[in-house]
Amino acid sequence: MTNRIIPTLLRTQVVTAAVLAPCMGQGLGGKKLTNRLDGASGPGSVPALLHRNAKKFASAPAYREKEYGIWQSWTWAQTEEEIEALALGLLSLGINEGDFVAVIGRNRPRLYWSMVAAQMVGAIPVPLYQDANAEEMAYVLGHCGARFVIAGDQEQVDKVIEVQDQLPEFERIVYLDPRGMRKYDHAKLDQYMELQDIGRSKRAELGAELEARQAKLTYDSTCVMLYTSGTTGKPKGVVLSNRNVIETSKTSAEFDHLSQSDDILAYLPMAWVGDFIFSVGQAMWTGFCTNCPESADTMHTDLREIGPTYYFAPPRVFETQLTNVMIRMEDAGRFKKKLFDYFMAHARKVGPALLDGKSVGIWDRIKYAMGELAIYGPLKNTLGFSRVRVGYTAGEAIGPEIFDFYRSLGINLKQLYGQTEATVFITAQPDGQVRSDTVGVACPGVELKIAENGEVFYRSPGVFVEYYKNADSTAGTKDAEGWVATGDAGFIEEATGHLRIIDRAKDVGQMASGALFAPKYVENKLKFFPNILEVVVFGNQREECTAFINIDLTAVGNWAERNNIGYASYQELARHPQVMDTIQAHVEEVNRSVAQDEMLSGCQIHRFVVLHKELDADDGELTRTRKVRRRIIEEKYADIIAALYDGSSSVSTVTEVTYEDGRKGAIKATLEVRAAQVQPVAQKMAAE
Amino acid sequence: MRVTDMTTEYTTADGRRIGGTVMEMKNITLRFGGVEAIKNISFDIREGEIRAIIGPNGAGKSSMLNVISGFYVPQDGEVWYKGAPRPPMKPFEVAQQGIARTFQNIALFEGMSVLDNVMTGRLTHMKTGLFAQSIWKGKAEQEETENREVAERIIDFLEIQAIRKTPVARLPYGLKKRVELARALAAEPTILLLDEPMAGMNVEEKEDMSRFILDVNDEFGTTIALIEHDMGVVMDLSDRVVVMDYGKKIGDGTPDEVRNNQDVIDAYLGVSHD
Repeated sequence: MTNRIIPTLLRTQVVTAAVLAPCMGQGLGGKKLTNRLDGASGPGSVPALLHRNAKKFASAPAYREKEYGIWQSWTWAQTEEEIEALALGLLSLGINEGDFVAVIGRNRPRLYWSMVAAQMVGAIPVPLYQDANAEEMAYVLGHCGARFVIAGDQEQVDKVIEVQDQLPEFERIVYLDPRGMRKYDHAKLDQYMELQDIGRSKRAELGAELEARQAKLTYDSTCVMLYTSGTTGKPKGVVLSNRNVIETSKTSAEFDHLSQSDDILAYLPMAWVGDFIFSVGQAMWTGFCTNCPESADTMHTDLREIGPTYYFAPPRVFETQLTNVMIRMEDAGRFKKKLFDYFMAHARKVGPALLDGKSVGIWDRIKYAMGELAIYGPLKNTLGFSRVRVGYTAGEAIGPEIFDFYRSLGINLKQLYGQTEATVFITAQPDGQVRSDTVGVACPGVELKIAENGEVFYRSPGVFVEYYKNADSTAGTKDAEGWVATGDAGFIEEATGHLRIIDRAKDVGQMASGALFAPKYVENKLKFFPNILEVVVFGNQREECTAFINIDLTAVGNWAERNNIGYASYQELARHPQVMDTIQAHVEEVNRSVAQDEMLSGCQIHRFVVLHKELDADDGELTRTRKVRRRIIEEKYADIIAALYDGSSSVSTVTEVTYEDGRKGAIKATLEVRAAQVQPVAQKMAAE
Repeated sequence: MRVTDMTTEYTTADGRRIGGTVMEMKNITLRFGGVEAIKNISFDIREGEIRAIIGPNGAGKSSMLNVISGFYVPQDGEVWYKGAPRPPMKPFEVAQQGIARTFQNIALFEGMSVLDNVMTGRLTHMKTGLFAQSIWKGKAEQEETENREVAERIIDFLEIQAIRKTPVARLPYGLKKRVELARALAAEPTILLLDEPMAGMNVEEKEDMSRFILDVNDEFGTTIALIEHDMGVVMDLSDRVVVMDYGKKIGDGTPDEVRNNQDVIDAYLGVSHD
């Protein structure tokens, strides 16, 4: 790491998109759609884009879903008809303009359609996290006052029914999967397809009303409301206008040359802004095909079958896949293993350079081509990445080894940085300028600014309208000139203009000695080890840093199996002395690396424990997007933290856990507290 | 002993229609040499209901299920099926009559994929012969497509899509049980016999399995007879329960009736038999 972080952080920088966006204004995969469709002169809403696609790409596939073992597909023309039928159905239920329609379920074409149908009738779709429990759901439904809920299946319907008494505005549920629903009292329930049939039968009666409502949609009417995952406090409803969604979809599609012939796999939570932009925004803008997996468990099989050309995954997914590949290679025959190691070493040497179009010697090229035949091609095929033209990862830092592994195979994996309030895109890496330690340059139309405390600010056409019913938060996040605080601390590299993020601004603190405390920086370094799943580092206002560690059960379990180490549970494996030794070695290696950095060398981990349970969203320790909730963890495990600082060698604790079905239980454990070697602070090195 | 009225059709509290008697055991006695496994037992199974047979270990539950499935032929008594006494028949003939079952210790084809295993459940519905099947043209191909569709709907229903192509040998126990249920369902049976569907499962797997059993009954209207010794599960699932102990029937009725039956309480809490 450099020791330039702080000097750079302290300077206020304004970098405009004109400087940083060489890719701006490029064509749309050869299709000239741009000018005709901006808000002022053309279709300025998502439903309007749908009608355009239904004419323009009538018989091209718009949505696919694997069901009953077969990929079922709908063309754009069919999609338009289905969505209109549902919109008419909703009208027949008496939906008003401005009503909120909650959408809950796994990624399915019909649920995406329901969001567009809601927009058609002037209502506002609010997608919810499908794994949210009933109380979490009640908060969101109550906050927006949803009148209608469109639910994927019985499980979601049950949750809504459970909390309906707390929801005065709630009126009806439309459910998709009829399974198990026959016995329910249907006074407040409609089946999705039946509602569509009602809509179709009333076309003559309600068609004009539907037309009128669509005509009223403008570039500034609300397109969707998305709730933030609530890393701190209650979730906030982020209101995005058609302008936000369409402008962002347009510029980002141009940035990566997305076109109608692309394919994506929609498998990330529908409530997440990224999924909305990919599967609705960009899909509607470019007309590409959105493919929905059969179930969450079949995602990898479906990925392989579809072979998307445009793919997004959080680092965790790439990590898991790499871990699986490595585990399977461990079990492979000796010849295969040798071949794999030989060609992967070569790929790491020249693969990224080839991908960036840099000059590579002819012999290296031939060797790489042989590797493509023997290893890279088949491996990409197995992973489902054969056709990936543009791949993105975001949300967390990705380990350099993981990132380079995929890039060396010839997969154009890049990083982007964004948030709900920006309609995803703040920065992204242009082709040819990809590195694992930056998040790229400002996206077209985005301006960046670094505040004095290091916090990153941006301004763009994608900037959200407001937090629904929360003017205070809106004012606290977005200033009068439209600058939005990201809450992340970072700096812009002077040489390249790339943005680098170091941590959440509020998590960056000070140690008792005055040294900078950036927990995420250390946590990420530790999480790059396949054996480590999750880390929480403590040390704000304290003398030294300590850490909680979760082992990765897949990786460590496989290691245990190969070494004939028996274990019955996560807890038992986590406390195994050899596992503790391995983790200690990892911690010490990270300490050595952290010590290299003058500013952050105070963040070395002095003592740590391997936790007796995995941190889990059901216990409130992680958000639904799997981000660590520090404050809750600090309160819940206060006894363990105390032991980390009082010098004891072990600590006994009882922890309450919530099972998937909502029941509670308790885990008792005695944890060993280990001390790790720390390096002397590297001040001398920096002085030289 | 009070027995629920058996003469007329009725609708349960949750809206399922229970029809007339579809199968009836009349004074069944089964002996293995000198051991009387089943002693003069009579009960009936009605269309659309979930009928449980419970009892402590060694009570004769599995023997009873084997009598129903035609695997054992009782020395005394008759099995009436769809209003007529059933002559002794081979198990495959019973299967052809619309009775499918799962086994206490899983009997799947371990080397075959889940899909292939489920397809074997369709065997009784396939009409083309060996020759047509091996050439696989015209009728055989069409038949395969139709049967595959039924199999896929069941795979979807039981949420085992992710393991469709996985060899059964590689699956954990709980999933194998579900695959067995899928295979039995693929036969589209009139009566589904489940032999300890929840044995060896953890709480979560038990809950899943219970939900699937209820859904099968609700969705396909399949009559289900199941053996189980987890009392809690049985009481929640079934419409009527037969309780056996030492080969004798000691109780028969709705879960509530059975729960309050003194003989049943004794059998479960362990009163000395003398």
